Amino acid sequence: MAFWARQISIWCSSVKTSNVANSIQQLRRTRRMWMQLHELSVLSLLCTDNQFFQRGLKTYQSVSLGSRLQSTNSSNGQIVSSENNLLSPVNHYQQQAEVMPSSDTETLYEVWEDTPPSSALEEISEEEAVQIVAEPPLPLGSFTLRDYVDRSETLSKLVLLGVDLSKVEKRPHAGQLLLRLDFEKDVRKRLLFLKDVGVEDHQLGPFLTQNPYILAVDMEALETRVAYLKSKKFGKEAVAQMVSRAPFLLSFSVERLDNRLGFFQKELGLSVQKTRDLVVRLPRLLTGSLEPIKENWQMCQVELGFRRNEIQQIVTKIPKILTANKRKLTETFDYLHNVMGIPHHILTNFPQVFNSKLLRVKERHMFLTFLGRAQYDPAQPSYISLDKLVSMPDEVFCTEVAKASVKDFEKFLKTL
Amino acid sequence: MAARRAARTGLNGLFAVYKPPGVASIRVRDTVETLLLKELNSLEQPAVQQQVRFLPTTVEGNAGKELTLTVTQLPVLAAHPLVRGPEFTHLKIGAGHRLDTKSSGVFVLGVGHGNKLLTDMYNAHLTRAYTVRGLFGKATDDFSDTGRLIEKTTFDHVTRDKLERILAVIQGTNHKALLMYSNIDLKTQEAYELAVEGLIRPMEKTPPLITAIRCLQFAPPEFQLEIQCLHETQQYLRKIVHEIGLELKSTCVCTQVRRIRDGFFTLDNALLRTHWNLQNIRNSIQDSKSKVKVGLQRSLSCQARSGKRHTDMDQVAESKLHSTEGMSASDLTHKMR
Repeated sequence: MAFWARQISIWCSSVKTSNVANSIQQLRRTRRMWMQLHELSVLSLLCTDNQFFQRGLKTYQSVSLGSRLQSTNSSNGQIVSSENNLLSPVNHYQQQAEVMPSSDTETLYEVWEDTPPSSALEEISEEEAVQIVAEPPLPLGSFTLRDYVDRSETLSKLVLLGVDLSKVEKRPHAGQLLLRLDFEKDVRKRLLFLKDVGVEDHQLGPFLTQNPYILAVDMEALETRVAYLKSKKFGKEAVAQMVSRAPFLLSFSVERLDNRLGFFQKELGLSVQKTRDLVVRLPRLLTGSLEPIKENWQMCQVELGFRRNEIQQIVTKIPKILTANKRKLTETFDYLHNVMGIPHHILTNFPQVFNSKLLRVKERHMFLTFLGRAQYDPAQPSYISLDKLVSMPDEVFCTEVAKASVKDFEKFLKTL
Repeated sequence: MAARRAARTGLNGLFAVYKPPGVASIRVRDTVETLLLKELNSLEQPAVQQQVRFLPTTVEGNAGKELTLTVTQLPVLAAHPLVRGPEFTHLKIGAGHRLDTKSSGVFVLGVGHGNKLLTDMYNAHLTRAYTVRGLFGKATDDFSDTGRLIEKTTFDHVTRDKLERILAVIQGTNHKALLMYSNIDLKTQEAYELAVEGLIRPMEKTPPLITAIRCLQFAPPEFQLEIQCLHETQQYLRKIVHEIGLELKSTCVCTQVRRIRDGFFTLDNALLRTHWNLQNIRNSIQDSKSKVKVGLQRSLSCQARSGKRHTDMDQVAESKLHSTEGMSASDLTHKMR
């Protein structure tokens, strides 16, 4: 007991002597005090910024109980506090506190300490008093980064940069990764690298929200990949655009990127320049899986009946078709071709219709039929082009294309 | 913070949306919820909470550098929206009488405390009105024009007169069934009072009953009917159209089922897809509050009066009733004499 009493006195020197004595009294009674002790003992170890070496502390640090960190059972939710940034061996003390109650303190004292700790009534200097930090201890494991963000320099700086931690912590192992990183050593280098590549400042936040794993990628690997892209004659702005719009791009190895680019060139039969434009417009193509793209390509040829050059034209204008939902694409095409009676060549000229929602196209077409203005053949008078049909907002559509008021359109919609 | 809480408290009650055809009603409910959440979360954010902290700093003191504590106010990052996540993640929105994917029309939704009123509306057993379009000459397996074709017939012999005769027969049989299921002895004074107020209808679960049916348009091969019914499903209405075709010694498919009234929510109250935002929904809830209150209360009092019906006194707070029901009830009282 005397041993613990001395520890208390060292570490809460701001507490008056009488209080210390009282607390020593209580120590002898309740077990709950062990937890309080644990807290008090941990307090001093929590400040990350200053070097806080007190005499008492040295004794503990000289002892290594080997239980530095809990095993990283980092599943999706669990985030275990890392050693570097946040806490010294907290579990070490917890185990101690649990083991302590029954054992003889005198024997422990002999086992663990070489130098005798100072007396309880010893006064410490102002500087040491100022360095005492009395904050509550951090939880050992948590499902959210909220508990650690105030005390961790890395996390605070990421939040100020604009990274959405509530989304990042939902990704597998991402929270654990961020906690282990050190801002000065790891994060800063990679952020500067991304800025060199051309990602804007305001884009860095969303970028890291989508792909926090890039902070763990090797710097040489990142540089090799950017060099590879430049060797394929992608300009600096093109690379910047690709990287900022597809955050996972630089997490892919060079072989994989090569594979993908080769696939697009051979399968789609596009020229090198056109492949480059396609990939710059929709860099997601390089990061997604290739199976859906192959299936979409097959579907366009076989089911929808477009010729090869027509598909190439459509894809150059609207690359999103390659990643679109097959069922929705078929339904839209079915309505456009069979119900509205639009032939393939007009659809090739206006592929934007595949982008829009089927319901919208249906409602507008039915309204035009009701008014008798549904004319999609360029040869006939009062022809309505497909891009005007879908791209405009409702008011513009009503006044210019349908030549009716918005109220009439709404009344018509309620009769559908 | 105040603006957001105020916006959220206004969202309690019933409102009607117009469900477009081809979309499942659950998706409509989910879309409305997503849109409302997006708007609520985008309202102005309060300033991040500040916390007073004492940080150790080095200052030039009397004897060289010394450590002191300085007071600073720092934002508490744990309360920052980027760390905490969006404030509203879920809204309780319940759906009233559902519409299946192919049909369209008035679809009642309840939000927040209004979900309790949805139960009351269900227990009030109010009627619903539909317009149904049919097409002569075809018969399909699911009674609608998108099903697999089974039979084709001629329909030159069909006239409006014959159609109306069939509709009268349907209305008559359904009316008899209505009275039977209502469990009312027609010779009592109580029955007369209920009939005068226009309320004779079954107050528990029954098979579908048609209270009124009439022909709006007849232009062969197409025709349009208006049907007022109780406890129905849209597939039942399509089956009725098919049976009308069979009775007329031809065949018929149903091309459109559209609900124009659900209890006391009509087409005018229903919000179109383009108007699904916070402000419009709040206005709609506000407007329909009084109607709902009056109507449900009437229904509760009538249910309490007639001893034969089982009502839960605790549940029904207010109920609006069928001023439009009067149409079917007056037919009823007319036929009773």
